[in-house]
Amino acid sequence: MIAGISIYEIFTVTSILFFIGIYGFITRKNLISVLISIELILNASVVNFVVINKYLYPDMLQGVIFSIFIIAVAAAETALAVSIIINLYRQISSVEVKDTEIMKY
Amino acid sequence: MNISYTILIPLIPLAVFLLLGINSKKIKPAISGYIGVLGLTISTVLSFYTAYQYFFVQGKVDGVYQTFVNKSVWMNFTETLHIDMGVLIDPISVMMLVVVSIVSLMVHIYSRGYMKGDDGYTRFFSFLSLFTFSMYGLVLATNLFQIYIFWELVGVSSFLLIGYYYTKPSAVSAAKKAFIVTRFADLGFLIGILIMGYFTGTYDFETLNNPEGSVILNWAATSFMGLSVITWALILIFIGGAGKSAMFPLHIWLPDAMEGPTPVSALIHAATMVVAGVFLVARLFPMFYFVENGFALNVVAYVGAFSALFAAIIAITQTDIKRVLAFSTMSQLGYMMLALGVSGYDGHEGVGYMASMFHLFTHAMFKALLFLGAGSVIHAVHSNYLKDMGGLRKYMPITNITFLIAALAIAGVPPFAGFWSKDEILVAAFEHNKLIYYIGVFVAGLTAFYMFRIYFGIFWGKEKTYEHKPHESPLSMTFPLMVLALLSIVGGFIPFSEFITPDKLGFEAHLNYPLAAIATGVGLLGIILAWVFYKKENSLSDKYATAFGPFYKWTSDKFYFDEIYLFVTKKILFNGISRPFAWFDRNVVDATMNLIGNSTVKTSKSIKGLQSGKFQDYAFSFVMGAVIIAIVFIYLWTN
Repeated sequence: MIAGISIYEIFTVTSILFFIGIYGFITRKNLISVLISIELILNASVVNFVVINKYLYPDMLQGVIFSIFIIAVAAAETALAVSIIINLYRQISSVEVKDTEIMKY
Repeated sequence: MNISYTILIPLIPLAVFLLLGINSKKIKPAISGYIGVLGLTISTVLSFYTAYQYFFVQGKVDGVYQTFVNKSVWMNFTETLHIDMGVLIDPISVMMLVVVSIVSLMVHIYSRGYMKGDDGYTRFFSFLSLFTFSMYGLVLATNLFQIYIFWELVGVSSFLLIGYYYTKPSAVSAAKKAFIVTRFADLGFLIGILIMGYFTGTYDFETLNNPEGSVILNWAATSFMGLSVITWALILIFIGGAGKSAMFPLHIWLPDAMEGPTPVSALIHAATMVVAGVFLVARLFPMFYFVENGFALNVVAYVGAFSALFAAIIAITQTDIKRVLAFSTMSQLGYMMLALGVSGYDGHEGVGYMASMFHLFTHAMFKALLFLGAGSVIHAVHSNYLKDMGGLRKYMPITNITFLIAALAIAGVPPFAGFWSKDEILVAAFEHNKLIYYIGVFVAGLTAFYMFRIYFGIFWGKEKTYEHKPHESPLSMTFPLMVLALLSIVGGFIPFSEFITPDKLGFEAHLNYPLAAIATGVGLLGIILAWVFYKKENSLSDKYATAFGPFYKWTSDKFYFDEIYLFVTKKILFNGISRPFAWFDRNVVDATMNLIGNSTVKTSKSIKGLQSGKFQDYAFSFVMGAVIIAIVFIYLWTN
């Protein structure tokens, strides 16, 4: 419980954060920016985990531990994505989203 | 009697076929000939051993020839209805084993000389082995379905061998014709088998043929269009047999089948495969005799008698010697059929059945000899036509004498083989049906006439100018001629009536002197007429040919049966039935399928842009979908 701040206000913030991430994911033209957007989405959900744990089950720790897990997984995922992007760059000398279209073939 | 070794008789030729067929490019021609002859020699020895054991040592129990069966179930339908594979040993199958073995072995030996230098030598021997295997399987079959399987196998090997010279268009079309006509007849056979299986619940020969068995006793149980269904089944089965045995009106394939190599004509289209129809009727003889008081048997008798007469008339006017022999074969097969048709069952009544099998045996020997002799002549003068031959007796003494023996045998001159069997047939016909007897006697005269017509035409008459001086064939070809000539002389003295009768008891046959005298007299008359007409080149035959006028023309054109068939198939069947069906198929059946296919292609073309390859588009769709589902759920829950 954080004094003076209700759960709704925090949810509003995380929702905004989440949708900014979604918006970035869909509209950014650079693969690195898309990756950053994914991080935003993940961070929004991590905050949600912590907040729900804190507000609804204050005497438990599952949410907090889960959020640590998510951060670890997100770090691994990002490392993987960056390595893919580096490989892609070596192939086509570009990290633009529009240049990855050829992968459908 | 232990008969387990008899399974080897068909299996050895099969092994030879596989060996030669698979390695046809690798094995040298000389070796493949030896392999073929060797394999068949083993089968022949086994067949003779079987015949000896069966007829003289172990076959007879209390004066009755037993039936030995060695079989295993192949396909099981119901408690009683199952298809077996196995070996059935009884008098006629043993007799057929001997016939097939002798003729096939002689033809194998002969082919080594006749086919020398031919490109497909190994292929030829592998097909001969395939045929021999199928024929052994056919005669040893234990049930209708097994006989049908081997029936088709002999049909296919006949097809392969007729079309052996596959670069020659006439041979190819003859092979197709033989295949299609016999297949058409086999459709009747198959329907007959299925009707038989449906109404009697068994395919097994022993069960079907038992005179006291439930099948024969209950023939009247179901009837269709005034006849018992069993009679219908028998008639349909006989149609299959008539197709194979070239009975009128399914005979049109046999003359064309002469396009094959001559040894093939001797083996398949004279001695063995074409008698399969006779064998089939003989195999089901108790059924033919007892069901509906022999109605189906009468059909057999009249079809046989008509075919005998019809073919004999045509044979007189043909100029291709192999075609004369082909029509002669058809005529003699008609003889065998009519003998079966007039036969009784018990004791001496069964003389027709016995005579038919006897004639089958002797005919196989002398007709194979005639064909092999004709092959020897064709080998020497490189022509099938009578007009290119004449005066060959000086150049080919062995062929001349053996051909003469065979011609005397088929003309029914004592003491040659044909006389004895033909006499028994005429006795049987005389006792049962006078009309058929008169036809038989007349055909005997015609047979003597046309056979000596070609004999004098080939070996006497004026010498023609030959490409090179004709010479006697090598020993590999004359040896079979001599063996078969010997058999054509002594074959008639085998006391067949003691071995082969419908009731398997055997009886003492004796010559009916007045009838024998009439038959011999008619035969001699035919020979004398042929002597007068053809011994020396003269204009007598042409004069009579013009005197007969249109009748002669019809006969030499085989009564236009080929043309009638062509008209029916091309004009009526193709135009009237096949073309509308083809139109329906193209414009309705195919069109429906095309519509389905085309609309699928069109739809997919119009929606394939959805897969753009831009992952952000996919993500957008995904998010929008999720949002819509969320909205829908919220809406549903809040109301």
